[in-house]
Amino acid sequence: MVFFLGHDMRWIWIDKFIEFNSGRSAVSLKNVTLAEEHLHDHFPSFPVMPECLMIEAMAQTAGILVGEARDFQEKVILAKIKNARFFDYVVPGDTIILHAEIESISAEAASTTGKIMRGDDRIAEISLMFSHIDNNLAGKQFPEENFVFTDTFNSLIDGFVTKKASAEQAP
Amino acid sequence: MAMSRDEIFAEVQEVLVDALGLDDDEVTEDATLMGDLGAESIDFLDIVFRLEKSFGIKVPREELFPAESMMNNPEYVSGGKLTVKGLAEFKARMPHTDFSTFEANPDINKLPDLFTVDSIVNFIEQKLAAA
Repeated sequence: MVFFLGHDMRWIWIDKFIEFNSGRSAVSLKNVTLAEEHLHDHFPSFPVMPECLMIEAMAQTAGILVGEARDFQEKVILAKIKNARFFDYVVPGDTIILHAEIESISAEAASTTGKIMRGDDRIAEISLMFSHIDNNLAGKQFPEENFVFTDTFNSLIDGFVTKKASAEQAP
Repeated sequence: MAMSRDEIFAEVQEVLVDALGLDDDEVTEDATLMGDLGAESIDFLDIVFRLEKSFGIKVPREELFPAESMMNNPEYVSGGKLTVKGLAEFKARMPHTDFSTFEANPDINKLPDLFTVDSIVNFIEQKLAAA
């Protein structure tokens, strides 16, 4: 059997959701492994998960939460990192748990707060702002399909929510 | 109990300090959001959310910052300037803003200069009075 992966990206920094409260909060999990090749250079003999990728993991957790809250009607993109503080290193073998909460949400944007935990240790606090680009940048044209929420993201929320993003928006 | 203008200004100042990462003394009443304080369009959304939270009111973004949706309308903007209709429309939608200097030369590139800290304070004052 041959599977056509289509637009699937490998750029995914969370492994699964463990909690999903539509429109309010979500909790996801990521296992950090030495098989992640960038760790061999970051840094040689001292592998640590780059903070920017922790921010990306939070953006993916919060972004899916925000997108689902509005039935994936808009393309949700990270627009501003309001605050990101880090308290400890994350190393291969760690499992990090990402907690995200919607602070405010409207047709054009959303604001989230969140924290990253490793067991009982607080690793980071991250606040983000998302822009819903179908409702901003008046007059600009965007591709019909939802290029932000691909099938990979959909598979993460299987079992938690019934609404899914579709590759092609219905007319 | 109604908030005084000074109290409103102090709260608005704090919102802008947090949203734009500035010092208190940079946020003066006549500072322009985009020119002096370096705000960009995503910051406007952040500011609106924070104002809603601080004052417990709803602030539809087009009420506070209506420019973006109107800029693409040829009835309101022509040849880089606001038309008579455009100017009237803007004034109607933004009673919290002072158009007196802008009217002499309604160049759309100068529109961002209208968004001052003062106009936000006026807007909040009007919203709270109406509530």
